Amino acid sequence: MSQITFEPWNDPSAKPLIEFKGVTKRFGDFTAIDNQTFDIYEKEFFALLDPSGCGKTTMMRMLAGFETPTSGKILLSGQDIAPIPPNKRAVNMMFQSYALFPHLSVWENIAFGLKRGTMPKDEIAARVEQMLKLTRLEKFAQRKPHQISGGQRQRVALARSLAKAPKLLLLDEPLGALDAKLRQDTQFELMDIQEKTGTTFVIVTHDQEEAMTVASRVAVMDDGRIIQADTPAHIYEMPGSVYVADFIGDVTIFEGRAKRAEGGYHIAFAEGHDSLFAASDLDLSEGQTAYLAIRPEKVMITPERPEGARNALEGKILDIAYLGNLSTYHVALSNGQIVKAQTANTRRLANRPFTWEDSVWVSWTDTAAVLLER
Amino acid sequence: MRRFALIIVPYAWLVALFLVPFLIVLKISLSDPALAIPPYTPTLDLAAGWAGMREFFADLDMENFTFLTTDDLYWKAYLSSLQIALISTLLTLAIGYPIAYAMARAPDHWRPTLLMLVILPFWTSFLIRVYSWMGILLTEGYLNQLLLGMGVISEPLTILNTNTAVYIGIVYTYLPFMILPIYSALERMDDSLLEAAEDLGCSRLTAFWLVTIPLSKNGIIAGCFLVFIPALGEFVIPSLLGGSDTLMIGKILWEEFFNNRDWPVASAVAVVLLLILIIPIVLFQRNEQKQREIDG
Repeated sequence: MSQITFEPWNDPSAKPLIEFKGVTKRFGDFTAIDNQTFDIYEKEFFALLDPSGCGKTTMMRMLAGFETPTSGKILLSGQDIAPIPPNKRAVNMMFQSYALFPHLSVWENIAFGLKRGTMPKDEIAARVEQMLKLTRLEKFAQRKPHQISGGQRQRVALARSLAKAPKLLLLDEPLGALDAKLRQDTQFELMDIQEKTGTTFVIVTHDQEEAMTVASRVAVMDDGRIIQADTPAHIYEMPGSVYVADFIGDVTIFEGRAKRAEGGYHIAFAEGHDSLFAASDLDLSEGQTAYLAIRPEKVMITPERPEGARNALEGKILDIAYLGNLSTYHVALSNGQIVKAQTANTRRLANRPFTWEDSVWVSWTDTAAVLLER
Repeated sequence: MRRFALIIVPYAWLVALFLVPFLIVLKISLSDPALAIPPYTPTLDLAAGWAGMREFFADLDMENFTFLTTDDLYWKAYLSSLQIALISTLLTLAIGYPIAYAMARAPDHWRPTLLMLVILPFWTSFLIRVYSWMGILLTEGYLNQLLLGMGVISEPLTILNTNTAVYIGIVYTYLPFMILPIYSALERMDDSLLEAAEDLGCSRLTAFWLVTIPLSKNGIIAGCFLVFIPALGEFVIPSLLGGSDTLMIGKILWEEFFNNRDWPVASAVAVVLLLILIIPIVLFQRNEQKQREIDG
């Protein structure tokens, strides 16, 4: 079985759909986007993740045409889009509030963009029917937006923005207004629709789990800059900085001095504790401050020191977070550092081997932790 | 029982202040004029008992309503009132909509002030405000002085005592009633709707036409009725600003009552005016009802 992996960003011959070239956007003294250069490829599902700032929304509004860059250029299929007004761009947007026209029915909402062009009436009708089918809204075609549920409204907004078959679809926090269960279902639906239509999606979200689920690549932004843009797996397993590691998922960070060893480094993180070993290709100077990031599910928790483990620390269980399928243990070391360890609850709760205040050992393999410079 | 007690208050209010006066007016409109106090006959004599009551009802007739159809002054006045009310409603809409639009688009912190400025004229007596328009529109009034001083005109304009002055007066007086409902409709509108329309291929103008206007439709309808209904029966403005040839039913009504002292005919005029007004009032109520249903 041969499966072609979808990774145009690793293919130097691939032509990007969107190119940001040194784009900066300032509002007064405030810099929302700081000199950013990056590419988005055709058929990508690109997620912009910005935990705090407004950079992600600004980025999206520049693509839609509601803002213009202070400096730099944005190219769509190699063409500078700065002089093209929003109503002439082959870019459509799904708004955070959905922005459905309350005076029009679901059918008319979806047809709204199509009617603005020169498309003949019967083709418009056929296209709307197709969109209704895609989003499973056939039964609600004649309803007004206030007569349908939040999840249905979200699908109308999606159908409306897809109707014109844009080259690029922008989704601004598309699932923000839905409850957790519906959000999960809709995430898969979104991926499904993206695959079926082959449209390039750029999604803006503050929900890292959502970005990880739907996106082919995730760009983590901070302070108007993209810190790391990579596949969800790379972002999670190989974060480029403490900021990214800490933001995506759960992590324990050890700060210490690096000492070169074979195939990696020893990190001395506290007096009275053995130094930790991490395999790494980084080129660190002797004694340089480095950070060791370890995901809780890669940490084993045992009553005794495991045989032959190079990274093993003794501590006391401070807290147990029971999540149903998993339990996260917060283990306090003697220097006060907390190490998070996660285990699958394969046995019934009553048979849980550890409880509060138990003295335990946490350990992980040489390659489990990621060594970071900053 | 509690529900009944609650509902009785507004109904008692309506009966005492609307239905009873209306029945009195209706009764007078069916009576004959008389040189007496009150200046009509018959009057109900309860002392005469059942026979008196029968005699009283036997004396009532539709004579005054027939009279209204014989003299063309009356239907001309009704038509002219309708025309003046209609034109001034459209003028008020044309002026009020842009003002409401600008207010709704103004920065948040400006809106309360602007709203205040729209309502502010209500703090002065209506009569005084109409009088002051006389000072402005007079042949040697402020407007003519200003225009002459600027050299725009060489001869003073005759505005006062014409229909133009009536239009100015009505538009000025009822402008807030047009602005406020439209403003409230526009202010509720989500700006992202316009961005969505643009994103889907509308120019600014088509977005305004296809989104802003339909979404402020109920405000426009409410504003138009709020101007049209009182303008139709307007008496003060045409009698102060209008000329001798300005025919408005409110003015006729006043003249019948106070100049001719023909209360029965005046009452008949009032009853017909009310019947004419009922149509737009019912339409207005339906519009409000529909809006409430949409707002849920």
